[in-house]
Amino acid sequence: MNEFIAMLQSPFLLRAFLGGAGIALIAGPFGVFIVWRRMAFYGDTLAHSGLLGVCLGFLLGLSPTIGVLIVCLALAILLVILQSRERLAADTLLGMLSYTALALGLVALSFLDAIRFDLSTFLFGDLLAVSNNDLVWIWGGGGMAFAVLMAIWCPLLAATVDEALASAEGVPVRRTQTIFTLLVALIIACAIKVVGVLLITALLIIPAATAQRFARSPEHMAVFASVIAFFSLIAGLLFSLYFDTPAAASVVTSAALFFVLSRLIPQSA
Amino acid sequence: MPDHADLLRLRNIVFVRNRRVILDDVSVTLRQNEIVTLIGPNGAGKSTLLKIALGLIPADQGTVWRKPGVRLGYVPQKLSIMPTLPLTVARFVTLSVKANRAQILATLEQTGIAYLIDASVHTLSGGEWQRVLLARALLPRPSLLLLDEPAQGLDVNGQNAFYDLLGHIRDTLRCGILLVSHDLHLVMASSNLVICLQHHICCSGKPEALQRDPAYLALFGAHNVQHLAAYHHHHDHEHGLHDGYAHQDTKHE
Repeated sequence: MNEFIAMLQSPFLLRAFLGGAGIALIAGPFGVFIVWRRMAFYGDTLAHSGLLGVCLGFLLGLSPTIGVLIVCLALAILLVILQSRERLAADTLLGMLSYTALALGLVALSFLDAIRFDLSTFLFGDLLAVSNNDLVWIWGGGGMAFAVLMAIWCPLLAATVDEALASAEGVPVRRTQTIFTLLVALIIACAIKVVGVLLITALLIIPAATAQRFARSPEHMAVFASVIAFFSLIAGLLFSLYFDTPAAASVVTSAALFFVLSRLIPQSA
Repeated sequence: MPDHADLLRLRNIVFVRNRRVILDDVSVTLRQNEIVTLIGPNGAGKSTLLKIALGLIPADQGTVWRKPGVRLGYVPQKLSIMPTLPLTVARFVTLSVKANRAQILATLEQTGIAYLIDASVHTLSGGEWQRVLLARALLPRPSLLLLDEPAQGLDVNGQNAFYDLLGHIRDTLRCGILLVSHDLHLVMASSNLVICLQHHICCSGKPEALQRDPAYLALFGAHNVQHLAAYHHHHDHEHGLHDGYAHQDTKHE
């Protein structure tokens, strides 16, 4: 027990907490839009392209995060172009992009066998190994994405409720939606190293889904989602330290637990 | 010469999709303080024409003129809000327009639903929802109001009340209203002009005169026009049930 308390005071935990708190803050407002706009699969698609981004980072001699950022933004732009040109359903397009990016990543990885690469960190993230550099990415990139989202909040909400009506009322629908698509690519690139490819979307959608039941307004739901994500982070980190479980996975498990618990509370009128 | 009361002029609009002529040389003028109703069967191009008038989609040929500075109000044919998005009526009507609570309340009163101001949009009945959509369109005090089948899903009494409300709005706001409908009789009373659309304009005129027009009867079938069931008529073109309006290629031969 003394050992556990000593661990709580260590700098790596402070960094894990700061990194997680940053992600929780942006997970709320982005998560609610991803839920409303049914874009969960889009988050997954971006995450799947992460491996290609990491390889690109190695090839170009850049940091993996910059590689991931380039690939995520390129994928977002490609998606916007394909959606306006192809007549395929959104999930078909996303699936094609997702698996193509993953396959390309695996192929690229085979050319990079000189590089030691920890696939499990990449897949599941390592919240307890957050570096100062990661913190800069999360708070810098995430903070920027957050600021832009606040700036486009009203038009994006109007476009999310109904595109045609918003258009008729003079909202720049196409531009707003494209900006949002790029912002999601940005936050996924910033958070992927810490949370991992497989879990990043969960942290966006589960707190938002939990918040939905208690919210009276869109903004209310976003704040609720951030608060729930934050408590999931605390609970998950403590659990992970005490029982020595993977941190990001424990955070997502906590978030899922909060969702289940929230369904046991009777809904207020 | 442009008439000062003109709010909207659509001239010779042509719209083709997938080699089907959706709109063929359609011209419509809407003036202030006037209700023009577009009627026609499903798939006749009514909603497309409305979207072109709104500027949501571009026409392939023809010109769209809206009086400069005209404020648009639009009521879409259907709008469903994802159930995960918590939204009150007050918030919904101000999504892209700024208004204070007194203005919102005044507009909701106009459409008779002031009591719903703080209700969730997910709890409304069909009739209430149509009035909320109308209130959203009215909030910026539009000079030009475009409505796409605004009374669908309402029962006959509800529809009558809704069209009466539109007539009242025209008289108080002194705006121009372009209305799409396929209700044959209900729209007639409040309309200044009725245009029958089946990809092209079949016929148009005052509601009373139109009901005796052979092209109108041909389009809707005499059996739908009860009091004229035995009317014998001639018309210059035919309409299939399912196909679009066949373009007059053969004429050029």
